[in-house]
Amino acid sequence: MTTTTTELAGDAAGVDGSPAPTGRRRGGGGGLGSYLVIRFLLIIPTIFILVTTVFVLMRSTGDPITAALGGRLPAAQLAERVHEAGYDRPILVQYFEYLGNLLTGDFGTTISDNRPVTQVLTTYGTATLELAVYSLLVAFVIGIPFGRLAAYLRDKWPDAVLRVFAILCYATPVFFLGMLLKLVFSIWLGWLPVAGRASTGAEIQLQTMAHPTGFYTLDALRLGNPEVLSDVLQHAILPAIALGLLTAGVFLRLVRTNVIGTLGMGYVEAARSRGVPERRLLRKHAYRPALIPIVTVIGLQIALLLGGAVLTETTFEWKGLGFQLVQYLQARDFVAVQGIVVMLAVIVAITNFIVDVIAALIDPRVRY
Amino acid sequence: MARHVEERPVEERPVEERSVEEVVETPETAPAPPRRLNGWRRLPVVRQLGQSVGLQRGMLVAGLVLSAGFLLTAIFAPLLAPYEYNQLRDPSGPFGAQQPPSSQHWLGTTVGGFDVLSRVIWGSRTALFVIVVAVLMSIVVGVLLGLVSGYFGGWLDRVLVVVADAIYAFPSLLLAIVVAIVISGGQSSLVGGVMAAAISITVIYVPQYFRVVRAETVRIKSEAFVESAKVIGAGHWRIMTRHVLRNATRTLPLILTLNASEAILTLAGLGFLGFGIEPTAAAEWGFDLNKALSDVTSGIWWTSVFPGVAIVLVVLGLTLVGESLNDLADPRLRTRRRAVDPRGDVADVAVVPGGALEGGPGGLAGIEDPAGGRWAEQ
Repeated sequence: MTTTTTELAGDAAGVDGSPAPTGRRRGGGGGLGSYLVIRFLLIIPTIFILVTTVFVLMRSTGDPITAALGGRLPAAQLAERVHEAGYDRPILVQYFEYLGNLLTGDFGTTISDNRPVTQVLTTYGTATLELAVYSLLVAFVIGIPFGRLAAYLRDKWPDAVLRVFAILCYATPVFFLGMLLKLVFSIWLGWLPVAGRASTGAEIQLQTMAHPTGFYTLDALRLGNPEVLSDVLQHAILPAIALGLLTAGVFLRLVRTNVIGTLGMGYVEAARSRGVPERRLLRKHAYRPALIPIVTVIGLQIALLLGGAVLTETTFEWKGLGFQLVQYLQARDFVAVQGIVVMLAVIVAITNFIVDVIAALIDPRVRY
Repeated sequence: MARHVEERPVEERPVEERSVEEVVETPETAPAPPRRLNGWRRLPVVRQLGQSVGLQRGMLVAGLVLSAGFLLTAIFAPLLAPYEYNQLRDPSGPFGAQQPPSSQHWLGTTVGGFDVLSRVIWGSRTALFVIVVAVLMSIVVGVLLGLVSGYFGGWLDRVLVVVADAIYAFPSLLLAIVVAIVISGGQSSLVGGVMAAAISITVIYVPQYFRVVRAETVRIKSEAFVESAKVIGAGHWRIMTRHVLRNATRTLPLILTLNASEAILTLAGLGFLGFGIEPTAAAEWGFDLNKALSDVTSGIWWTSVFPGVAIVLVVLGLTLVGESLNDLADPRLRTRRRAVDPRGDVADVAVVPGGALEGGPGGLAGIEDPAGGRWAEQ
C-alpha cells in the first residue's frame, strides 16, 4: 500500500520497492528525525552519480578544448592549449580533480568566452528562477481550481472538456505553444512583446541600479518605477503561460483524480450523512486532503519545469540558464554545458529533498 | 500497483492483500467471474474497447483513430507526400522560400525552400522510426535489468535502484542533450540521427521500466507459485522467464503508450535545440519548428503551425489511448455501464463498508484499495 503511495508520489530514494510496508506505519511522529537524515544523505549519491555520468559522457567525446576549437587552430597550438589545461593527463586524475574543484565550488572556466562557470550560473540562474516561479504560479492558478471542478462535475461535459484540455497541455510541446502564443498575442494582436525579459530601456535601468538581484520583478519593485515594472511583467506573461500550462495539465489531472478519490472516502460519506452541504464537502472535506499528493509531485515537476525552461527560454530569448545552455551547446563549449547541467542536477536534488521533507511533515505515512 | 492486484483472482493473493469483502464474502454476493472472451475480443485494446462506455469510449476511439492515422501516414508517406522531404525544385523551377499556401504547395514552403506538407508527412516516418527503436530498446534493457535486480536483490539491486532514481529525477531533456552530443558527434545521416535520438530517449526511459518491473518482481518473488517452482527444482532462469516475467509485465502496454508519446516530445525537443536530423537526411518536426522560430516574428505562420499541429495530434492520440487504458485498468476511475449519480444514494454506501475502513486523510489509502472505493461497487 505504502509502496504505491511512494511511487505515486514519484518519490526519489531507493525505497519504493521494499517489500515490507508494515514497518513504515509507526505511530506518532517517531522516525521523522532519522528519516530526514537518511533522506538528506541520499542526496549525496544522487548528485555524485549524476556528476559522474555527465563527466563520463561528456569526456567520451574527447577533451573540451579540441571540441570547441578543433579545426580552427593549428594542431601544435591546439596540443599546447590542451596540455596547459591539463586535459592530456589520465582521465581518472582529471575526474578526481574535477570532483575536488566541484566541492570547493569551482565549476571551471568556459572556453568560448572565458568566464568562470559559477559567474554564468549566478548571472543567468535568477532569470530561470523567475521564469520557474511564474510558471508554477500559472500552473497552480489554472490546474488546481479546474481540477476540482472536473472532479465535482465528473463525467459531465465540463469534465470532458477539462480532461481534453489537460491532455492538450501535455501534448503540446512548450516551444510550439510558445510560438503560437507569440504569433497570436505579439504579432497578430500586438498586445505583448515578442521576446526578451524587458525592453532595452528598462533593461538598462535594471542593470545599472545598485545591487541588482537579477530577479527583474523584484528589482523593478525596488526601483519603484511603475513603467519598468509593467514592462517586465508584460514580458513575463507569455513565457510563463507557455511553461506553466505544461505543469497545469499535470496538476489538473492529479487534483481531479485525488478529489474523486477522497469524495468516495468514508469520512466524506459520514459528513454527508450528517447533513454537511455538498459545496462544503467538496471545499473542506474532499479538497484539502487531495492537495497533499500535489506537494509530492512538485518534486518531479521541478525537473520537468527545468527541462521545459530550456525550450521556453530559447523560444522567447529569455536570457536564463537554458538559453545560455543552448548558446554554449552551439559553440561546443562543453565545460560550460557540463557546469550548467551539474548545477541543474544539484538544484533538482535539493528541491526533491525539500519536497520530501514537506511531504513527510504533512503526511506521517510517507516516512520510513 | 493496485490494478494488477485487482486483476488476479482473490485466491492467488496473500490474505492480507485481500480487501474485507473478498475475505468475508459469501458466494451469493461474489461478483460473477469475468466472462471468458474469445478470439479477437481478448486482444488488449479490443478488450478495453468493449469495457468502455460513454465519454471514456469516445476518448479511446479518438485516440485510436489519431494513432492509426499517424501509423498509416508514416507507412504510406511516399504515396501521400506530393514532393520529397529534401526536394527544392520541380521541373517548373525552384519552390522559393517562405511561399504562402497555394494550390502548388498546400501548406506553403519553409525558409529553406522545402514543401511544408511533404515535410510534415515525411516527418511522421522519422517519428515512428524513433519511437519504435527507442521504446523497444528501453523495454529490453529496462525489463531485463528490473527482472535481474528485483529477483536477485543484493548490492547490485541497491546500486541499480539508486542510479535509476538519480536518472529518473533528472530533467530528461538535459540528459537527452548530453547523450545526443556523445552519440551524434556530428552525424547527420538518417540512421545516425535516428539512432542518436532513439538512444538518448532510451536512456531516459530505462529507469521507468526498471522501476515498474523491479517493484513487481520483488512482489511476485515472494508468492507461493514461485516458491513451488523453486521446490520443484526449476532454475533461476526458468522461474524468471516463466513465472515472474509474465506476471510482472502486465502494465507495460500502458507505460509503453505513454512513453511513446513522451518519446515524440523528446525527439521534437532535441530537434528544436538543433540536435535533430539534418533536413537533407530526413524530415523532423522539431527541427522544422526550430527553423520556423524566426518566421513567427515576421508573421509567417504556416512553417510553424503545421509541423507543430502534427506533433500535437500524434502525442494527443497516443496519450488518449494510454490514458483510457489507464483509467479502464483502474476500477476507481472506470465509468461503469450503469453509472448512477455518485452523490446521492447513501444506502448503497452503507451496504459496502469496504471503502471506509482504510480511509485516512491522505486519501491515498483508498486509491490502493481495489475493491474498497465506492466507484468499484457501483
